[in-house]
Amino acid sequence: MPYTPPIKSMKYLLHHAVDFDAVLACPDHSDTTADLVGDILDGAGRFASDVLAPTNWAGDQTPAALSGDAVTTSPGFKDAYSAYVEAGWQGLGMAVDHGGMGLPQAVSVATGEMTYAANMAFGLCPMLTASAMKAIAAHASDDLKAKYLPKMVTGEWSGAMNLTEPQAGSDLGPVRTKAVDKGDGTYAISGQKIYITWGEHDCADNIVHLVLARLPDAPEGSKGISLFLCPKYFVGDDGALGERNSLKCIGLEHKLGIHGSPTCTMEFDGATGWLIGEPNRGLACMFTMMNEARLFVGVQGVAIGDRAYQAALGFARERVQGRTLGKQETIIGHPDVRRMLMDMKARLMGARVICMATAVAGDIAASHPHEETRKAAHIREALLTPIAKSYGSDVGISATSTAVQVHGGMGFVEETGAAQHYRDSRIASIYEGTNGIQAIDLLARKIRRDGGAGMMALIEELSQIPALLVMTTAETGVRLGSSRDALEQSLATLREATQIMLDIDEADGLGGASNYLMLCGHIIAGCLLIKGMCNGLLAGDPQAENMQKLVWYHALVVMPEAGAHLNYLRRAGRVLFDYPEIALGDL
Amino acid sequence: MKVLVPVKRVLDYNVKARVKADQSGVDLSNVKMSMNPFDEISVEEAVRMKEAGTATEAIVVSIGPAKAQETIRTALAIGMDRGIHVLTDEDLEPLAIAKILKAIVEAEDAQLVIAGKQAIDNDYGATGSMLAAMLDWPQGTFANTVETSGGSMTVKREVDGGLQTVKLTLPAVVTTDLRLNEPRYARLPDIMKAKKKTIDAKTPEDFGVDTTPRLKTVKVTEPAGRSAGVIVENVEELVASLKKEGVI
Repeated sequence: MPYTPPIKSMKYLLHHAVDFDAVLACPDHSDTTADLVGDILDGAGRFASDVLAPTNWAGDQTPAALSGDAVTTSPGFKDAYSAYVEAGWQGLGMAVDHGGMGLPQAVSVATGEMTYAANMAFGLCPMLTASAMKAIAAHASDDLKAKYLPKMVTGEWSGAMNLTEPQAGSDLGPVRTKAVDKGDGTYAISGQKIYITWGEHDCADNIVHLVLARLPDAPEGSKGISLFLCPKYFVGDDGALGERNSLKCIGLEHKLGIHGSPTCTMEFDGATGWLIGEPNRGLACMFTMMNEARLFVGVQGVAIGDRAYQAALGFARERVQGRTLGKQETIIGHPDVRRMLMDMKARLMGARVICMATAVAGDIAASHPHEETRKAAHIREALLTPIAKSYGSDVGISATSTAVQVHGGMGFVEETGAAQHYRDSRIASIYEGTNGIQAIDLLARKIRRDGGAGMMALIEELSQIPALLVMTTAETGVRLGSSRDALEQSLATLREATQIMLDIDEADGLGGASNYLMLCGHIIAGCLLIKGMCNGLLAGDPQAENMQKLVWYHALVVMPEAGAHLNYLRRAGRVLFDYPEIALGDL
Repeated sequence: MKVLVPVKRVLDYNVKARVKADQSGVDLSNVKMSMNPFDEISVEEAVRMKEAGTATEAIVVSIGPAKAQETIRTALAIGMDRGIHVLTDEDLEPLAIAKILKAIVEAEDAQLVIAGKQAIDNDYGATGSMLAAMLDWPQGTFANTVETSGGSMTVKREVDGGLQTVKLTLPAVVTTDLRLNEPRYARLPDIMKAKKKTIDAKTPEDFGVDTTPRLKTVKVTEPAGRSAGVIVENVEELVASLKKEGVI
């Protein structure tokens, strides 16, 4: 099934719905013009659709295989990876100082979406390499940086994150992998890690493992975890690859989806590692990249949702069944099929704009010349990250499910590929912190810790959109009444819900956190789409008219769903525990 | 040797062409446009010649609307050295294009022009040959393989029933066929570098070329749809019906 990168949508949102132009105005990005970004998106889109997308099905049908301790990736993956390295895409977001292109994260989000949509299982490898590089760049010694980053930034070496152990997943406190100081500046790492994505494979020449482990005298729990770098092959001072380190893959998981991504059980048997950052500060170092990885998992949701959407659209345009009421002879003329397509499209566009807004906030936080603006953007990025991750992945899962539905019986058989997208998407709400964890993060760290200041600042900003609507109608004559109603209702809902979450006791809050997150997602997405619609209309963008119609649907159907969540939040928690646990069995 | 490659911005080959309601042409509003696929092959060949040291400079030219600059940048990202954009909003005919290219070839003192054998939008397939005639240069069209040595170039041409080998004395015009090479994907670092390369802005007037159309488009229509076939019982019946249709 071909993939057509939604470059027009991406450009539209970047320039009209989020403040990407403010990112380009930052001195760090003075060389990056809108034209150049357009060329980059075109280039990445072409690579994704021509090189990566054709490998997607093989990845699903022929999963990565383990033989001895060597992993052979799915057919076509090795060549696709070489082409990826050759084309230089790995360095896109990495700082220029480290050999990267230093492009804004918002560009990475757009190119990342295309990569994941083309082949999500494949895309995880570059994603993890990028995250590992960020952690090394931020916390490792200059020696380690000099030794590892240059080959990682080209993609010749990949990165892997070794966090999870059987007893330590969402809560990493119980990590048991041991690190013993060998007295020569290195550590001996021993233990077993599970669920290590792309932990072992045959695409890159070397694999740089970042491993969470515990020093002998470390305090219990999460405050006693340190981060180590363990290469698969040692690297000489001249940069040449040497002996194999004592770490290996001892098993591959058999999974629901993303079969092309090798999910490894890694055994570290006294493997030599180098400390990254301070002892016992491993989790903090890891969180440098976790935030970014979380955003990119949200992007994966949008990506795979859009790929499934495109498949459904293609099918609906070809399949003839029943007499339609409209002009079209295929099932796309059936109102209910049309509804499903519209619904996917609107929700995906909303999730995409949230991911972009998160990336733009990150870019402003990193590059804006004024400290106050940077600080505010940093708070915004932190606030939006759990929403981008959860909302993006949930919207993606629901879109892939609807796409199966559009296919009817053909969706339930593997042949159309719709089933693969459905299975592939399912992981996104689980890894990099489950969506439940994201909701807790949003509630506890992002809302309650600062007394709601970050969210109030966002609401304040969104509250300027009604005036933009009025101006747009005044200047263009386009009537936008339904958007105005939805907007005002939504802003009131977001205010009330946020106040509830600030006032509520902890247990009740936790029972409503996921609902609050979804409420935020629907409303922020809707507001940003409305903003994008207005700016597009004002700029005379030829796509603005279609965007306006999409926003109309979003305002009528998606945004009001926040109201149901608000109803629940008004009684949050109580209703859950009022029902006896015993009765969760038979009534 | 200086190589000149003309490129055209056309409706993307994946997009289904739709005729405008007034039948005046193909509707190009709001559809994806890309470099003519044959021109991608020309660009690739010129860049390979540069990499091999046979070409000293590779220049890309596009004659078209402001957006044709994007097409030029695509070629620069593949490895062309610099661009020339001749701005016109008219849909120029091959003759006018060939005249402009001739003027550029002379101004640049290029020794080789590598052009696509045709553009996939109007399929004229005329520009390369017209240019060669006007320059009074030898031409090797439908190139399947090219090899340069000294002052000459050997071109294997894709002709009906096989390959024809011709030897051209440089300077010359070569037009590319699909199997000449497989164009590479633009590398990100090269896309970044492309923005630093220059694109000279010109207009047809700069070359004193008369671009008045010689042809008048009467109307453009969709090709007739395929009608249902007939299943015949045997060979005799097949031959009979072919005769009846006047095919044999």
